[in-house]
Amino acid sequence: MTLLLTAPIAAPALAAGAYAAFGWRRGTAWLGAVAAVALLAAAIALAVHAVDAPRTGLGGLLRADALSAFMLIVIGAVAVPATLAGPGHLAAERTAARDARRYGVLTQGFVAAMALAVLAASLGVLWVAIEATTILTAFLVGHRRTRNATEAAWKYVVICSTGIALAFLGIVLLHFAARHAHVPSSGSLDWTQLTARAAQLDAGVTRIAVALLILGFGAKAGLAPLHAWLPDAHGQAPAPVSALMSGVLLSVAFYAVLRVKVIADAALGAGPARTLLLTAGLASLAVAAALLLAQRDYKRMLAYSSIEHMGLLAVGAAIGTRLAVLAVLLHILGHGLAKSVAFLASGHIGRISGGSRIDAVRGLAARAPLVAGGFGAAVLALLGFPPFGPFASELGIFRAGFAAGLGWAAGIALVLLLLVMGALAARTGRMLLGAPPDAPGAAKLPAALPVRLPRADAAALVLGLLGCAAIGIGLGPLRTLLDHAATVLGAH
Amino acid sequence: MNHVLYVRLLDLACGAFLLAGVLVLWRRDLAAIVRLFAAQGVALGCLVAVLGVDAGDPEVVGLAVGIGLLRAVALPWLLRRAMTAGGAGRETDPRVNVAASLMVAALLALLAYAVTRPVVALDPAPAVRAVPVALTVVLIGFFVLVTRRRALSQVVGFLLVDNGITAVAFLTTSGVPLIVELGVSLDVLLAVLVLQVLTARMRAAFGDTDLDDLRELRD
Repeated sequence: MTLLLTAPIAAPALAAGAYAAFGWRRGTAWLGAVAAVALLAAAIALAVHAVDAPRTGLGGLLRADALSAFMLIVIGAVAVPATLAGPGHLAAERTAARDARRYGVLTQGFVAAMALAVLAASLGVLWVAIEATTILTAFLVGHRRTRNATEAAWKYVVICSTGIALAFLGIVLLHFAARHAHVPSSGSLDWTQLTARAAQLDAGVTRIAVALLILGFGAKAGLAPLHAWLPDAHGQAPAPVSALMSGVLLSVAFYAVLRVKVIADAALGAGPARTLLLTAGLASLAVAAALLLAQRDYKRMLAYSSIEHMGLLAVGAAIGTRLAVLAVLLHILGHGLAKSVAFLASGHIGRISGGSRIDAVRGLAARAPLVAGGFGAAVLALLGFPPFGPFASELGIFRAGFAAGLGWAAGIALVLLLLVMGALAARTGRMLLGAPPDAPGAAKLPAALPVRLPRADAAALVLGLLGCAAIGIGLGPLRTLLDHAATVLGAH
Repeated sequence: MNHVLYVRLLDLACGAFLLAGVLVLWRRDLAAIVRLFAAQGVALGCLVAVLGVDAGDPEVVGLAVGIGLLRAVALPWLLRRAMTAGGAGRETDPRVNVAASLMVAALLALLAYAVTRPVVALDPAPAVRAVPVALTVVLIGFFVLVTRRRALSQVVGFLLVDNGITAVAFLTTSGVPLIVELGVSLDVLLAVLVLQVLTARMRAAFGDTDLDDLRELRD
């Protein structure tokens, strides 16, 4: 079992080692994609084994239950298109060999750290893995070494590291409460032990700890009030890295919030965590709506849309009924796939238009149908249109909200969501269908030259969209896994 | 160790730990700030060593040595390297002046005592009674982070937060499990390394590392 449990971490870690040893060349360029496929395969195998009973390995350091297995599948499903697009991105940007090697090492290390985060059996190891993702992605955000990229990387490291330091203070206090509830030292940060002894945890200390943990991991998940780094970092990172950061890294941090909520609910009742999550969720939705209304940069537009979706996840988690939790989990996957496709397409759009200003892009559908189609379909998915996954999951969250007597919160969320939809749809529509630019300053595109995508890049867009549509139409075997994951999260 | 002596040494170490944090607010000279940070690292190492000797736990004493080396030697060394590459070493015009900063520090200490009341109530041992002091350092660190303009001062603010949290961890339960402690130390070291490289890049791109120049990305 240890082998199967370590495989999702080992595959990308080995690929990172290979990039460090051999550099980025013809023979190793596709190694990242191979590692991502291996991760996805291991995740599915783990899901089959761990669906009804958790499995532990590596001396109790790693544990996979249905929720971890599901999160691993999300990581794999987003990592496959993102790594498929990597070689094309580096080639198109004419990246120097040294930078390409570093890109390979850091992206694979980043994926490995996310896999470790969701497989960790203890809150402490989870924290270390999430902080490691910040360090590994810092230079990816600053990859282009321009003034803006450096500024974004600085803000990213400072805000995320201090935000997550708050979470560590929460862990320390929870550890203190656990030791006083006679949880043995070896398992004092272990989920299952903490949940089992939750009733004995001191309420006063646990309340402070939970607030710090939700605020701290929320910072890394892009939830208000510590969201200011997100648009800068996701806007400046190379497109495949933005896809990974927006598509899964936010959800991995949100996974930590979900785990904390289980302990908080058992120790303090549903009230405190619900209040915190509702506040953070609605505030995030409001921030996203306000800043999307006047947005002029399409990569930042996608980043604010991520804040919106994270806010929606927080509202869903706060509702906390079985339907809401199932919808939240499905939304994590649907948003991950759609957002990664949107960011990958935005990378191509950036190369066509020479920037990330919305004004510079007009009538894209005529010039680059595949890129425009991918971007448009991904944005439609993010807006919650059928047949894509987010349609079903958003519907689920709102239905659960009205059924659980939190109609006021669901109502506010719905209004904010409509504002976001309007802003996003108007801008995307102009980019894809608007009249070709003739104003001075707008990009002069050689209309005769059709934009051809490398096969792997096209496959990445299509695969992501197909996945997102498939889960919107039917869940198949995923349904059982989601059911068990919801039970792990204490939703009955 | 005799109990009275233990409590006195503990109080002494905590006092030095807090004093170094408050003095960071007082000084503007970046070299002096880094020296104060190193002194705080020594105080933290001593604090952990006192706790370890009292508990008769060789693992904690070993950790004390490691923490002392990391926070009093390695991290200040990295900060000094970032500084010598920099040149002008003064915190020019922080957003809040020194007198007001010291007043705020006093208010933050009150806040820390108010917030940690449930913690002290759960276990009124001498070490746990010192938790508000450690939390005050965390809050001072946040204050430095938001009011200072130089990149290096901000890094010191981040490290003050981290020192304070480490002190809370050892004062409450003699530290979190070893593997987590090691991971945390490694993460902090790497975060500072990353920030050091970014400082150098910012200097290349902006000429200096005054963070007020970071105004390109906004909505």
